[in-house]
Amino acid sequence: MFATSLIIFREVLEAALVIGIVAAATRGIPARGRWLFGGAILGLVGSAIIAASMGAIAQFADGIGQELFNACILGAAVLMLAWHSMWMASRGQAMSLEARSLGSAIRGGQQSLSVLLVVVAIAVLREGAETVLFLYGISITGSSSLFEMIGGGVLGLAGGATAGLALYMGLLRIPVRWFFSVISLLILLLAAGMASQAARFLVQADLLPSLRSPLWDFSSVMPNESPIGAVLHGLIGYDAHPAGMQVLFYLTVAIAIAVGTHWAKSRTIRANNRK
Amino acid sequence: MQKLFAFLLISFSVTAIAADIEIKLIIENHRFQPEIVNVPVGQKVKLLIENRDATPEEFESHSLNREKVIPGKSTGTVYIGPLAAGSYPFVGEFNDKTAKGVIVAK
Repeated sequence: MFATSLIIFREVLEAALVIGIVAAATRGIPARGRWLFGGAILGLVGSAIIAASMGAIAQFADGIGQELFNACILGAAVLMLAWHSMWMASRGQAMSLEARSLGSAIRGGQQSLSVLLVVVAIAVLREGAETVLFLYGISITGSSSLFEMIGGGVLGLAGGATAGLALYMGLLRIPVRWFFSVISLLILLLAAGMASQAARFLVQADLLPSLRSPLWDFSSVMPNESPIGAVLHGLIGYDAHPAGMQVLFYLTVAIAIAVGTHWAKSRTIRANNRK
Repeated sequence: MQKLFAFLLISFSVTAIAADIEIKLIIENHRFQPEIVNVPVGQKVKLLIENRDATPEEFESHSLNREKVIPGKSTGTVYIGPLAAGSYPFVGEFNDKTAKGVIVAK
Protein backbone atom coordinates (compact mmCIF):
# COMPACT_ATOMS: atom_id res chain seq x y z
CA MET A 1 0.00 0.00 0.00
CA PHE A 2 2.86 2.33 0.82
CA ALA A 3 4.48 1.82 -2.58
CA THR A 4 1.17 2.56 -4.29
CA SER A 5 0.59 5.69 -2.24
CA LEU A 6 4.09 6.94 -2.97
CA ILE A 7 3.52 6.74 -6.73
CA ILE A 8 0.12 8.42 -6.42
CA PHE A 9 1.68 11.10 -4.21
CA ARG A 10 4.36 11.85 -6.81
CA GLU A 11 1.72 12.21 -9.51
CA VAL A 12 -0.61 14.34 -7.37
CA LEU A 13 2.10 16.64 -5.99
CA GLU A 14 2.70 18.66 -9.14
CA ALA A 15 -0.99 19.29 -9.77
CA ALA A 16 -1.52 20.18 -6.10
CA LEU A 17 1.27 22.77 -6.18
CA VAL A 18 -0.21 24.38 -9.29
CA ILE A 19 -3.64 24.51 -7.66
CA GLY A 20 -2.08 26.02 -4.52
CA ILE A 21 -0.55 28.86 -6.53
CA VAL A 22 -3.70 29.44 -8.59
CA ALA A 23 -5.86 29.48 -5.45
CA ALA A 24 -3.59 32.14 -3.93
CA ALA A 25 -3.58 34.15 -7.17
CA THR A 26 -7.39 34.29 -7.25
CA ARG A 27 -7.67 35.42 -3.65
CA GLY A 28 -10.56 37.83 -3.23
CA ILE A 29 -12.27 37.10 -6.55
CA PRO A 30 -15.89 36.09 -5.95
CA ALA A 31 -17.00 32.51 -6.74
CA ARG A 32 -13.41 31.36 -7.37
CA GLY A 33 -14.00 28.13 -5.42
CA ARG A 34 -16.56 26.98 -7.96
CA TRP A 35 -14.20 27.75 -10.84
CA LEU A 36 -11.18 26.00 -9.33
CA PHE A 37 -13.29 23.00 -8.36
CA GLY A 38 -14.74 22.96 -11.88
CA GLY A 39 -11.22 22.96 -13.30
CA ALA A 40 -10.21 20.01 -11.13
CA ILE A 41 -13.34 18.02 -12.10
CA LEU A 42 -12.78 18.83 -15.77
CA GLY A 43 -9.19 17.62 -15.40
CA LEU A 44 -10.30 14.37 -13.75
CA VAL A 45 -12.87 13.64 -16.45
CA GLY A 46 -10.23 14.48 -19.07
CA SER A 47 -7.76 12.11 -17.33
CA ALA A 48 -10.14 9.20 -17.66
CA ILE A 49 -10.74 9.98 -21.33
CA ILE A 50 -7.01 10.37 -22.06
CA ALA A 51 -6.18 7.18 -20.17
CA ALA A 52 -8.79 5.27 -22.13
CA SER A 53 -7.50 6.58 -25.45
CA MET A 54 -3.79 6.34 -24.58
CA GLY A 55 -3.37 3.48 -27.04
CA ALA A 56 -4.67 5.63 -29.89
CA ILE A 57 -2.66 8.69 -28.78
CA ALA A 58 0.54 6.65 -28.51
CA GLN A 59 0.16 5.27 -32.04
CA PHE A 60 -0.55 8.68 -33.51
CA ALA A 61 2.18 10.43 -35.55
CA ASP A 62 4.62 7.49 -35.74
CA GLY A 63 4.63 6.76 -32.03
CA ILE A 64 5.31 10.29 -30.84
CA GLY A 65 1.66 11.24 -30.30
CA GLN A 66 2.08 11.25 -26.54
CA GLU A 67 4.97 13.71 -26.68
CA LEU A 68 3.08 15.99 -29.09
CA PHE A 69 0.02 15.87 -26.90
CA ASN A 70 1.96 16.66 -23.73
CA ALA A 71 3.89 19.48 -25.40
CA CYS A 72 0.64 20.99 -26.74
CA ILE A 73 -1.24 21.02 -23.45
CA LEU A 74 1.83 22.36 -21.65
CA GLY A 75 2.09 25.06 -24.32
CA ALA A 76 -1.56 25.97 -23.77
CA ALA A 77 -0.98 26.23 -20.02
CA VAL A 78 2.05 28.47 -20.61
CA LEU A 79 -0.06 30.83 -22.77
CA MET A 80 -2.82 30.97 -20.15
CA LEU A 81 -0.35 31.73 -17.39
CA ALA A 82 1.33 34.40 -19.50
CA TRP A 83 -2.02 36.04 -20.17
CA HIS A 84 -2.86 35.88 -16.49
CA SER A 85 0.44 37.51 -15.50
CA MET A 86 -0.28 40.45 -17.75
CA TRP A 87 -3.83 40.71 -16.50
CA MET A 88 -2.65 40.66 -12.91
CA ALA A 89 -0.05 43.34 -13.60
CA SER A 90 -2.75 45.74 -14.81
CA ARG A 91 -5.19 44.74 -12.09
CA GLY A 92 -2.63 45.26 -9.35
CA GLN A 93 -2.35 48.85 -10.60
CA ALA A 94 -6.10 49.28 -10.94
CA MET A 95 -6.70 48.10 -7.41
CA SER A 96 -4.33 50.61 -5.94
CA LEU A 97 -6.23 53.42 -7.70
CA GLU A 98 -9.69 54.86 -7.00
CA ALA A 99 -12.58 52.75 -5.85
CA ARG A 100 -14.41 52.79 -9.16
CA SER A 101 -11.66 50.81 -10.85
CA LEU A 102 -12.31 48.08 -8.32
CA GLY A 103 -15.61 47.27 -10.03
CA SER A 104 -13.86 46.66 -13.33
CA ALA A 105 -11.14 44.67 -11.59
CA ILE A 106 -13.74 42.29 -10.21
CA ARG A 107 -15.55 42.04 -13.52
CA GLY A 108 -12.23 41.19 -15.14
CA GLY A 109 -11.79 38.65 -12.38
CA GLN A 110 -14.26 36.31 -14.04
CA GLN A 111 -12.19 36.38 -17.19
CA SER A 112 -9.08 35.53 -15.21
CA LEU A 113 -10.91 32.67 -13.51
CA SER A 114 -11.87 31.05 -16.79
CA VAL A 115 -8.24 31.12 -17.88
CA LEU A 116 -7.06 29.66 -14.57
CA LEU A 117 -9.77 26.99 -14.75
CA VAL A 118 -8.04 25.74 -17.87
CA VAL A 119 -4.65 25.83 -16.12
CA VAL A 120 -6.00 23.77 -13.21
CA ALA A 121 -7.69 21.33 -15.59
CA ILE A 122 -4.45 20.85 -17.53
CA ALA A 123 -2.41 20.36 -14.34
CA VAL A 124 -4.83 17.68 -13.14
CA LEU A 125 -5.13 16.11 -16.58
CA ARG A 126 -1.39 15.63 -17.08
CA GLU A 127 -0.73 13.71 -13.91
CA GLY A 128 -4.24 12.31 -13.67
CA ALA A 129 -4.08 10.28 -16.86
CA GLU A 130 -0.89 8.55 -15.66
CA THR A 131 -2.43 7.84 -12.27
CA VAL A 132 -5.51 6.30 -13.88
CA LEU A 133 -3.32 4.08 -16.08
CA PHE A 134 -1.23 3.02 -13.11
CA LEU A 135 -4.29 2.11 -11.04
CA TYR A 136 -5.82 0.36 -14.03
CA GLY A 137 -2.63 -1.69 -14.40
CA ILE A 138 -2.55 -2.90 -10.83
CA SER A 139 -6.28 -3.56 -10.83
CA ILE A 140 -6.19 -5.93 -13.80
CA THR A 141 -3.07 -7.82 -12.79
CA GLY A 142 -4.53 -8.28 -9.34
CA SER A 143 -1.01 -7.80 -7.98
CA SER A 144 -2.51 -5.94 -5.04
CA SER A 145 -5.83 -6.12 -3.27
CA LEU A 146 -8.63 -3.63 -3.69
CA PHE A 147 -7.99 -2.45 -0.15
CA GLU A 148 -4.35 -1.79 -0.96
CA MET A 149 -5.27 0.09 -4.10
CA ILE A 150 -7.92 2.31 -2.54
CA GLY A 151 -5.90 2.80 0.64
CA GLY A 152 -2.79 3.71 -1.33
CA GLY A 153 -4.78 6.02 -3.58
CA VAL A 154 -6.40 7.88 -0.70
CA LEU A 155 -3.14 8.15 1.22
CA GLY A 156 -1.24 9.47 -1.79
CA LEU A 157 -4.00 11.91 -2.68
CA ALA A 158 -4.15 13.19 0.90
CA GLY A 159 -0.38 13.67 0.94
CA GLY A 160 -0.40 15.65 -2.29
CA ALA A 161 -3.38 17.74 -1.23
CA THR A 162 -1.64 18.55 2.06
CA ALA A 163 1.40 19.84 0.18
CA GLY A 164 -0.80 22.04 -2.03
CA LEU A 165 -2.74 23.35 0.97
CA ALA A 166 0.47 24.08 2.88
CA LEU A 167 1.75 26.11 -0.07
CA TYR A 168 -1.54 28.01 -0.28
CA MET A 169 -1.59 28.80 3.45
CA GLY A 170 2.04 29.88 3.28
CA LEU A 171 1.36 32.22 0.36
CA LEU A 172 -1.59 33.83 2.17
CA ARG A 173 0.71 34.82 5.02
CA ILE A 174 2.72 37.05 2.72
CA PRO A 175 2.05 40.72 3.54
CA VAL A 176 -0.38 42.32 1.07
CA ARG A 177 2.10 44.81 -0.38
CA TRP A 178 4.39 41.98 -1.56
CA PHE A 179 1.65 39.48 -2.28
CA PHE A 180 1.05 40.37 -5.93
CA SER A 181 4.77 40.50 -6.72
CA VAL A 182 5.42 37.10 -5.16
CA ILE A 183 2.45 35.49 -6.92
CA SER A 184 3.47 37.08 -10.24
CA LEU A 185 6.98 35.72 -9.85
CA LEU A 186 5.68 32.25 -8.96
CA ILE A 187 3.38 32.21 -11.97
CA LEU A 188 6.22 33.33 -14.22
CA LEU A 189 8.48 30.53 -12.95
CA LEU A 190 5.64 27.99 -13.15
CA ALA A 191 5.06 28.90 -16.79
CA ALA A 192 8.79 28.79 -17.58
CA GLY A 193 9.03 25.36 -15.94
CA MET A 194 6.14 24.07 -18.04
CA ALA A 195 7.81 25.42 -21.18
CA SER A 196 10.98 23.53 -20.25
CA GLN A 197 8.98 20.32 -19.82
CA ALA A 198 7.34 20.88 -23.19
CA ALA A 199 10.83 21.21 -24.70
CA ARG A 200 11.86 17.96 -23.02
CA PHE A 201 8.99 16.11 -24.70
CA LEU A 202 9.84 17.61 -28.09
CA VAL A 203 13.49 16.52 -27.67
CA GLN A 204 12.37 13.04 -26.57
CA ALA A 205 10.30 12.82 -29.76
CA ASP A 206 13.30 14.03 -31.77
CA LEU A 207 11.35 17.02 -33.09
CA LEU A 208 13.89 19.44 -31.62
CA PRO A 209 17.63 18.99 -31.10
CA SER A 210 18.69 18.71 -27.47
CA LEU A 211 21.39 21.42 -27.82
CA ARG A 212 23.75 19.52 -25.55
CA SER A 213 22.26 17.16 -23.06
CA PRO A 214 22.66 17.58 -20.20
CA LEU A 215 23.74 21.21 -20.17
CA TRP A 216 24.69 20.72 -16.52
CA ASP A 217 24.30 17.93 -14.00
CA PHE A 218 23.27 18.64 -10.41
CA SER A 219 22.00 15.12 -9.81
CA SER A 220 24.68 14.43 -7.22
CA VAL A 221 23.69 17.56 -5.27
CA MET A 222 19.90 17.54 -5.63
CA PRO A 223 18.43 14.83 -7.85
CA ASN A 224 14.99 15.27 -9.43
CA GLU A 225 13.58 12.41 -7.39
CA SER A 226 14.69 13.86 -4.03
CA PRO A 227 11.85 15.46 -1.99
CA ILE A 228 13.14 19.02 -2.45
CA GLY A 229 13.98 18.37 -6.09
CA ALA A 230 10.45 17.08 -6.73
CA VAL A 231 8.80 20.07 -5.05
CA LEU A 232 11.04 22.53 -6.89
CA HIS A 233 10.32 20.67 -10.12
CA GLY A 234 6.60 21.21 -9.62
CA LEU A 235 7.00 24.82 -8.51
CA ILE A 236 9.69 26.37 -10.66
CA GLY A 237 10.54 23.60 -13.14
CA TYR A 238 13.76 22.52 -11.45
CA ASP A 239 15.65 19.91 -13.45
CA ALA A 240 18.91 18.41 -12.21
CA HIS A 241 20.20 17.74 -15.73
CA PRO A 242 18.30 19.71 -18.36
CA ALA A 243 18.95 19.63 -22.07
CA GLY A 244 20.12 22.92 -23.59
CA MET A 245 16.79 23.24 -25.42
CA GLN A 246 14.93 23.11 -22.11
CA VAL A 247 17.00 25.95 -20.71
CA LEU A 248 16.43 27.94 -23.91
CA PHE A 249 12.64 27.47 -23.62
CA TYR A 250 12.72 28.28 -19.92
CA LEU A 251 14.59 31.55 -20.37
CA THR A 252 12.59 32.59 -23.44
CA VAL A 253 9.27 32.21 -21.65
CA ALA A 254 10.53 33.80 -18.43
CA ILE A 255 11.85 36.84 -20.29
CA ALA A 256 8.76 37.14 -22.51
CA ILE A 257 6.42 37.13 -19.51
CA ALA A 258 8.60 39.58 -17.57
CA VAL A 259 8.60 41.99 -20.53
CA GLY A 260 4.87 41.46 -21.15
CA THR A 261 3.84 42.20 -17.57
CA HIS A 262 6.10 45.24 -17.45
CA TRP A 263 4.42 46.54 -20.60
CA ALA A 264 0.93 45.83 -19.24
CA LYS A 265 1.74 47.64 -16.03
CA SER A 266 3.18 50.76 -17.65
CA ARG A 267 0.27 50.91 -20.11
CA THR A 268 -2.21 50.93 -17.22
CA ILE A 269 -0.29 53.65 -15.45
CA ARG A 270 -0.24 55.80 -18.61
CA ALA A 271 -3.97 55.23 -19.18
CA ASN A 272 -4.75 56.32 -15.66
CA ASN A 273 -2.56 59.41 -15.86
CA ARG A 274 -4.49 60.54 -18.91
CA LYS A 275 -7.83 60.51 -17.04
CA MET B 1 21.60 36.20 -31.34
CA GLN B 2 23.42 35.41 -34.58
CA LYS B 3 25.68 33.00 -32.75
CA LEU B 4 22.68 31.30 -31.22
CA PHE B 5 21.05 31.02 -34.61
CA ALA B 6 24.17 29.48 -36.11
CA PHE B 7 24.34 27.09 -33.18
CA LEU B 8 20.73 26.04 -33.72
CA LEU B 9 21.34 25.57 -37.42
CA ILE B 10 24.39 23.39 -36.85
CA SER B 11 22.57 21.32 -34.26
CA PHE B 12 19.68 20.78 -36.64
CA SER B 13 21.94 19.66 -39.47
CA VAL B 14 23.92 17.37 -37.16
CA THR B 15 20.62 15.87 -36.09
CA ALA B 16 19.68 15.37 -39.70
CA ILE B 17 22.95 13.76 -40.77
CA ALA B 18 23.54 11.31 -37.94
CA ALA B 19 21.87 8.02 -38.76
CA ASP B 20 19.79 6.77 -35.88
CA ILE B 21 20.75 3.58 -34.16
CA GLU B 22 17.69 1.55 -33.35
CA ILE B 23 17.57 -0.61 -30.26
CA LYS B 24 14.69 -2.82 -29.32
CA LEU B 25 13.61 -3.25 -25.73
CA ILE B 26 10.90 -5.65 -24.67
CA ILE B 27 8.68 -5.52 -21.63
CA GLU B 28 7.33 -8.92 -20.65
CA ASN B 29 5.96 -10.03 -17.29
CA HIS B 30 6.88 -6.58 -15.97
CA ARG B 31 10.55 -7.06 -16.76
CA PHE B 32 12.75 -5.45 -19.39
CA GLN B 33 14.59 -7.54 -21.91
CA PRO B 34 17.49 -7.03 -22.16
CA GLU B 35 18.11 -5.47 -18.78
CA ILE B 36 21.50 -4.15 -19.84
CA VAL B 37 21.50 -2.13 -23.04
CA ASN B 38 24.81 -1.11 -24.58
CA VAL B 39 24.85 2.02 -26.70
CA PRO B 40 27.73 3.91 -28.32
CA VAL B 41 28.92 7.17 -26.77
CA GLY B 42 28.00 10.41 -28.52
CA GLN B 43 25.31 9.07 -30.78
CA LYS B 44 21.59 9.49 -30.80
CA VAL B 45 19.71 6.25 -30.22
CA LYS B 46 16.13 5.37 -31.07
CA LEU B 47 14.71 3.07 -28.42
CA LEU B 48 11.79 0.98 -29.58
CA ILE B 49 10.05 -0.26 -26.48
CA GLU B 50 7.61 -3.08 -27.04
CA ASN B 51 5.21 -3.78 -24.21
CA ARG B 52 4.01 -7.38 -24.52
CA ASP B 53 2.07 -7.22 -21.28
CA ALA B 54 -1.61 -6.40 -21.22
CA THR B 55 -1.03 -3.61 -18.70
CA PRO B 56 0.39 -0.16 -19.43
CA GLU B 57 3.92 0.63 -18.31
CA GLU B 58 5.78 3.88 -17.92
CA PHE B 59 9.35 3.89 -19.14
CA GLU B 60 11.13 6.29 -16.85
CA SER B 61 14.72 7.32 -16.39
CA HIS B 62 15.74 10.20 -14.19
CA SER B 63 19.32 10.21 -15.43
CA LEU B 64 18.20 10.24 -19.07
CA ASN B 65 15.38 12.67 -18.36
CA ARG B 66 12.84 10.54 -20.14
CA GLU B 67 9.34 9.37 -19.32
CA LYS B 68 6.81 7.75 -21.55
CA VAL B 69 3.72 5.64 -21.06
CA ILE B 70 3.70 2.49 -23.19
CA PRO B 71 0.15 1.13 -23.32
CA GLY B 72 -0.35 -2.63 -23.08
CA LYS B 73 0.38 -4.64 -26.27
CA SER B 74 2.00 -1.74 -28.08
CA THR B 75 5.34 -0.23 -29.00
CA GLY B 76 6.59 3.21 -28.08
CA THR B 77 9.54 5.22 -29.39
CA VAL B 78 11.92 7.16 -27.18
CA TYR B 79 14.95 9.02 -28.48
CA ILE B 80 17.95 9.23 -26.18
CA GLY B 81 21.42 10.72 -26.38
CA PRO B 82 23.92 11.60 -27.65
CA LEU B 83 25.19 10.28 -24.31
CA ALA B 84 28.47 10.68 -22.46
CA ALA B 85 30.12 7.46 -21.28
CA GLY B 86 28.39 6.07 -18.21
CA SER B 87 25.47 4.09 -16.84
CA TYR B 88 21.92 5.34 -17.05
CA PRO B 89 19.41 3.33 -15.04
CA PHE B 90 15.76 3.15 -16.05
CA VAL B 91 12.64 1.60 -14.56
CA GLY B 92 9.08 0.76 -15.45
CA GLU B 93 7.46 3.09 -12.99
CA PHE B 94 4.23 1.16 -12.73
CA ASN B 95 6.10 -2.00 -11.70
CA ASP B 96 9.35 -0.66 -10.37
CA LYS B 97 10.13 -3.70 -8.22
CA THR B 98 10.70 -5.94 -11.21
CA ALA B 99 10.99 -3.67 -14.25
CA LYS B 100 14.53 -2.36 -13.98
CA GLY B 101 17.37 -1.92 -16.40
CA VAL B 102 20.39 0.12 -17.29
CA ILE B 103 21.68 1.76 -20.43
CA VAL B 104 25.46 1.63 -20.65
CA ALA B 105 27.12 4.11 -22.98
CA LYS B 106 30.68 3.20 -23.95
